[in-house]
Amino acid sequence: MNETSTSVETDAPNSKDDPTAPRGSIATAPSTGPASDRADLRPENINDAVIRLAGDSQDGIQSAGAFLARLAGRSAQDVMTYMTIPATISGGPSIFQVRMGTGEVLSAGDEADFLVAFYQHSYQDHIGCLKEGGVLLYDSDNVAPDLDDKRFVYVGVPITGLTVEALGGTAKDKGKNIFILGLIAKIFHLDVDKLKALITEKFAGKDESIVNTALMAFQAGYGYPVGNVLTKQYRFEPHVPKEGERAQITMDGNQALAYGLIAAGVRFGAGYPITPWSSVMEILRSELPKYGGLFVQAEDELGAVSLALGFSFSGYLAVTGSAGPGISLKTEAIGWASMSEMPLIIINVQRGGPSTGLPTNVEQSDLFQAIFGGHGDSPRVVLAASTVEDCFYIAIEAARIARKYSTPVFILSDTSLATRIEAFDEPELKDLMIDPTLDLTPRPVGFKPYAVDQITQHVPPGARMLDGKYPLVSGLEHDEMGHPTGSPKLHMAMTAKRRNKLRQLAEEIPVPEIYGDQDGGTLLVGWGSTYGPIHDAVKLARENGEKAGALHLRHVHPLPNGLEKIFARFKRIVVVEMNDQGIYGFGQLATILRARFCEPKIESATKTDGLTFRVKEILERVFEGRSFAARKIPREGLAIVHTGTAPENVKSLKEVVPQGVG
Amino acid sequence: MSTENTPTNGSTTATALAESPREKLTKKAITADHPTWCPGCGDFAVLASYYKVIEKRQLDHEKIVTLAGIGCSSRFPYFVNGYGAHFIHGRAVPLASGISLARPDLHVFLFGGDGDGFSIGGNHLNHGARKNVNLTYFIMDNFVYGLTKKQTSPTSPIGFKSKTDPTGAIDQPVNPMKQLISAGASFVARTHATQVNHMIQMIERAMDHQGFSVIECLSECVEFFPGAFDPANPRKGGAFSLIDEKKYDNTPEDELRHDVTDELAAYKLAQLPFPGVFGVFYESDRPTKNALEKKWIDTTREKLGNPTDLQLLQKTFDRMK
Repeated sequence: MNETSTSVETDAPNSKDDPTAPRGSIATAPSTGPASDRADLRPENINDAVIRLAGDSQDGIQSAGAFLARLAGRSAQDVMTYMTIPATISGGPSIFQVRMGTGEVLSAGDEADFLVAFYQHSYQDHIGCLKEGGVLLYDSDNVAPDLDDKRFVYVGVPITGLTVEALGGTAKDKGKNIFILGLIAKIFHLDVDKLKALITEKFAGKDESIVNTALMAFQAGYGYPVGNVLTKQYRFEPHVPKEGERAQITMDGNQALAYGLIAAGVRFGAGYPITPWSSVMEILRSELPKYGGLFVQAEDELGAVSLALGFSFSGYLAVTGSAGPGISLKTEAIGWASMSEMPLIIINVQRGGPSTGLPTNVEQSDLFQAIFGGHGDSPRVVLAASTVEDCFYIAIEAARIARKYSTPVFILSDTSLATRIEAFDEPELKDLMIDPTLDLTPRPVGFKPYAVDQITQHVPPGARMLDGKYPLVSGLEHDEMGHPTGSPKLHMAMTAKRRNKLRQLAEEIPVPEIYGDQDGGTLLVGWGSTYGPIHDAVKLARENGEKAGALHLRHVHPLPNGLEKIFARFKRIVVVEMNDQGIYGFGQLATILRARFCEPKIESATKTDGLTFRVKEILERVFEGRSFAARKIPREGLAIVHTGTAPENVKSLKEVVPQGVG
Repeated sequence: MSTENTPTNGSTTATALAESPREKLTKKAITADHPTWCPGCGDFAVLASYYKVIEKRQLDHEKIVTLAGIGCSSRFPYFVNGYGAHFIHGRAVPLASGISLARPDLHVFLFGGDGDGFSIGGNHLNHGARKNVNLTYFIMDNFVYGLTKKQTSPTSPIGFKSKTDPTGAIDQPVNPMKQLISAGASFVARTHATQVNHMIQMIERAMDHQGFSVIECLSECVEFFPGAFDPANPRKGGAFSLIDEKKYDNTPEDELRHDVTDELAAYKLAQLPFPGVFGVFYESDRPTKNALEKKWIDTTREKLGNPTDLQLLQKTFDRMK
């Protein structure tokens, strides 16, 4: 926790003037026995806190964490969460980490300020993540911590017993999560009315007794005299709204993808359940009918991609998606989409691979598959979302490209984005929404969908051909009307045509901005969900005297033009990614960048433990042998730039060349 | 979501032309490339019957969609001048389902062979049937893989000698009628490529049926399995036995006739030894996926008060604040 104001113990001068001044720290003596009620103490102001809830998957810690995240969003506090879910159906250890801050929060935090342990194993597995001086709040009915370890503050609360007591017999210990929420609300002086409203909203539509039970559990936690055991309470610095500031909305990455697709006018899709993609299809299945569209649960992954291609063929840009194993199954049909130049959005919420791999962990090891998957020269576009907010905007960008270039477009997300909850500025929907329309205008005499010198225009059935000649869509190499050909000349021309449209696309992709130092030192290059930790690492490195910058790629294939000029300016280039270094020692993006730019300066920093990068890990890999002052990473930082989809560029989104696909 | 035409520059003339009276749709207008099939292939007759039906019914040219997977017979879309797609092996049923579900205004016809339908595409066939998507699927069954030059197919009879079963096929063949009936296809019929009039009747009944309608057509591969269907060809000394459907004329003989809505009776007909009987085995009017999904869309939108897309998404986002 970053304490920014007078603490009871130190009575320091107003520290707002000097944010780097030393702070009073939390007492490290274990508070084991009941003490006098300390509720009279003034709460200490903080601007950032990392709270880790550790329990089992059925304890509902995700929903307790989500309430905190939603509350932070509603209080205009920035928030980022991180969670793990076991692959088992019910049970197994699970965590939910919430980082709330008054400034901008980029990563979920390396170490927790506050650890809530439901079980002995939760305590044992996660005490290592608690920072020195941090608070361990544990269920004294289930956990016996090592009180001799003087690094932490110990707060034991009989969570199970008190929950059962508060709710009566039938609920057993269900409701512990809400009890804890009440306790946390007390400790952090959270807005009780807002939290209660969130709880009521969450259970709205269900039996009234459920809402009441939840509120009782909350009240029991809130009413617990925690002041007896914890000598301090905290309060988040109030957020001072800036002029023109937009409301914050809070959602996870899969929700952001689904609603981004809806904003982009995608009304049809098909999928098959697989972790961690499923919630995208669940949302679309229930949401699309409201918009007059349809999402179909297919019999398998091959059926799903084929249905989606049927929707696109019929004139409505469609989406399909999966995780690695399902994408492997869809690969042949995606090749058909490249060949027939059919617009399609394919979402890959990556998990650990290969094969069934690590179903609930995170990895960025499907980049090669997205770019090269399938046989033959089959060009496609690959985009990678960097944050939850970016999941929303990248769906819009994917739809724009798919329509304009009549091409399959991959969106790479991953487990960490899918399960992470973030608050972000509410998008200006009225400028973003696209209404899909079928272009059934009769096509003129001599119309050729696959004209060699033009970008393909797929024509939806129902549009009359005024010369009476109707086009075909084919997986065979074809002529300009789609009819099969074995002509060597045509195969060369058509292969070039399909590749050249991606070169044309590369021309319009903005060169990403560099965060931090613009030249000289080390450039950290990343893609996807590593955005936050990489930027935090650069920030920390610079504060420790390193010259460093960060370059994050949203358009991974084709790459934007002009990267070579950026690379030339730096002494070192280190590509940071969550995949294996491969037999030649380079991660997947590093391999592609080296092949593309023949740049021997490009190094690779990879890892495959199935967990998100910690800031510390990145620094250790990039600046080997250097140790960095273990200072708190400052929260203020750069705004995420959605180049191309930033509100000021929104107009260009609507300039979609009519391709016949709405 | 609007389905109106997007106006584009200079479309005034085009629109006028689009609304101009249509010329009669002739066989010539719907004929495209010359078929690549071997001389004598049964599939020629299927193509001719398809042209006949389109001509007879005078469908809107731009609303005919001809689809196929992979195989000799799946070359079909190239020989038809109309919208069409030649998809990947075995997956044409879900492709066709997507088109049918998104565009109820189109006539969706799907053509394929026994390998495409019963082997590599078997799962999709079953689920397309189960979901009862509204489309017509014509399977040209020749009991052999022809495009790859004589390998055993899922419908090859036991003992059939092929390049992959040089001493004769040993695996139990698929019984298409039994499989389709049990999978839930709501229209199941069988015909023979030498019986063009019967074939046309079947295509017409299939396209008029609301739901997943499948026709299995015995279509001889003269190259790799000649004479396979002679037992059902009167000109080759066989017998083309038609299913005697109920006429509901209150006569005593009507009692013995086949009730196409009787699933068990259909199943019994499907068990008859080769060459079996021809005609409509089963027909049911259970609701299509198209209709059920549409009903869900309509009631959902009505419940919400038919909001605009922007209103809907804004409301959702307001709840996430």
